[in-house]
Amino acid sequence: MSAAAFNTFLDNKHRLSWWELTPFLVLAILPFVARDYLPLATQIIIYIIFTLSLDLLVGYAGIVTLGHAVFFGIGAYTAGIISVRGGWGEGLSGLLISATISGAAGVLFGSVVLRTARFTLLMLTLSAVFLANEIANKASWITGGVDGLSGIDIWPLFGIFAFDMFGITGFIYALAALLVVWIFMRWLVHSPFGQSIAAIRDNRSRAAAIGIAVLPRLVVVYGISCAIAGFAGALQTQVIQFVGLKAASFELSADVLIMLAIGGAGRIYGAFLGPVIYLAAQDYFAKDDPVLWQLWLGLIVMAVATFARGGLMALLRRTAASSAK
Amino acid sequence: MQLTVNIGFQALAYASVLYLMAVGLSVTLGLMGFINLAHSVFAMTGGYLAAIACGNYGFPWYAALVAAPVFVGLIAAGIERALYARLYGRDELDQVLFCIGFIFITGALARMAFGPLQRPIALPNELATTISAASFTFSTYKIFVIAIGALTALVVLFSLERTRFGSMVRAAVENRGMAESVGLRTTLIFTCTFAIGGALAAIGGIIGADLFPINPSYAFDTLVYVQIVVAVAGLGTLRGSFISALMIGLIQTVSGYFFPEYGTILLFLAIFLFLFLRPQGLFGRPGVN
Repeated sequence: MSAAAFNTFLDNKHRLSWWELTPFLVLAILPFVARDYLPLATQIIIYIIFTLSLDLLVGYAGIVTLGHAVFFGIGAYTAGIISVRGGWGEGLSGLLISATISGAAGVLFGSVVLRTARFTLLMLTLSAVFLANEIANKASWITGGVDGLSGIDIWPLFGIFAFDMFGITGFIYALAALLVVWIFMRWLVHSPFGQSIAAIRDNRSRAAAIGIAVLPRLVVVYGISCAIAGFAGALQTQVIQFVGLKAASFELSADVLIMLAIGGAGRIYGAFLGPVIYLAAQDYFAKDDPVLWQLWLGLIVMAVATFARGGLMALLRRTAASSAK
Repeated sequence: MQLTVNIGFQALAYASVLYLMAVGLSVTLGLMGFINLAHSVFAMTGGYLAAIACGNYGFPWYAALVAAPVFVGLIAAGIERALYARLYGRDELDQVLFCIGFIFITGALARMAFGPLQRPIALPNELATTISAASFTFSTYKIFVIAIGALTALVVLFSLERTRFGSMVRAAVENRGMAESVGLRTTLIFTCTFAIGGALAAIGGIIGADLFPINPSYAFDTLVYVQIVVAVAGLGTLRGSFISALMIGLIQTVSGYFFPEYGTILLFLAIFLFLFLRPQGLFGRPGVN
């Protein structure tokens, strides 16, 4: 491949396509057409951010974890605790503090568990999420325990925009947060650092052989992912003004893994599709019959795992490729 | 003294149940590298079968204890051929998702068929008594549970070490490619061991119904305990499960007696530290994960 052809290849690989903006256009129109669905849409945006953070691990770094909710929970509880116990209700700094703390926890945790692989890694992350959940449960003097942490008061943003009961401020706040995370994620995975992470995923020993410091890079990407997960958790706390034990549960870890798998890991936009479909379907079906919903969800998850690897994104890509022929 | 004996006794009973529920799992992991988070589904199926057979149709308990596991073993073999076999050699994500989906489906089916409440399995009268020896009092039922656990462990060990089938299983775990090239049909061996593992889990589900109540979320409730037995025992070993179940049973029982508030925290902290210091587990070989 000539130098010019290689540059074109790189351009095609990393350049922004027009369709990448569609999720934001759709979300921007939403307040005008479906006001009643704003709280659901806000929840979806928060889960998109959380799923994006997991995509960085599962899709780009090839690290499967059953305990990512630990860091969502750390972010969520930090944001709640600063407000309830610390009396500090400024939103943006709350998000930053929470993301920093869960990122630091992620670096610490990652540098311990990333030395293991496969089954042991899964078991360590699984034990961690049960441990975190039990700590949140027992430390009720600070976390509120089973009852959850309520009475969270977030001051109006920039002193002007109060969080109203219709959820417009919360929605725009979450959307802006998603935009920031998306720009960062897109930049990160297309950067040389992001490419080296993908190289480690594809062939660990070859990556080490060409001089990539495997473990330190994985720890860094783990920390970044945990910071984003904590950011999503803090966002949820501020918008719904409550933190419950579910924020740091195995259940949530499994849910987010399912959302990512349905959307498709390793492509950023799978993390957009998954939560939309999962939460919209849950909202629609689970109201009438939660058990039937669980049955269908199980069937879909099993089918995706068995037959549709790469989720919806892979399916869309295949359809696009075959229609282009 | 009284307390020590009591704790040891409880821990043994707990360990027996855990061992039965987990022993099949180390084979799934060791032989096919399959991360089967859904193994407890077979224990749940056994529990439900026994509860329905005894509760609704007046089946004798001992008969259910034999018939239900046989039935579950057959189901497990079918499911292994039809579903699990498609995911051998896939990455962890696919296997984990598959298992979560499987747990969801069975949980939903159990709820539709048997309702959300837990199903007790009534014990025969002679087991619901206590036995006194010197100044100690033991529950007959727990003695029975320990006896079954110990017996199973002995039979499993004996058949692994002293029978033809056992040496075939060991060969396949040790080096699957080599085993195949000397003419062993590893897929058949695997289906058989998977079925036996499912049947043993079903026994565990039935006799452990007082520790882990039979209800639709059973597979999720027990998931972590069953998995950590295997993680602590180590992969590629088929003997460590009993000792690892005993350790976990001991930690659970001791912390349950002395610090009931912090039992779960202590358990997971201990597991976490242990796996960090010995990622290969008690008897696993380094690098086999």
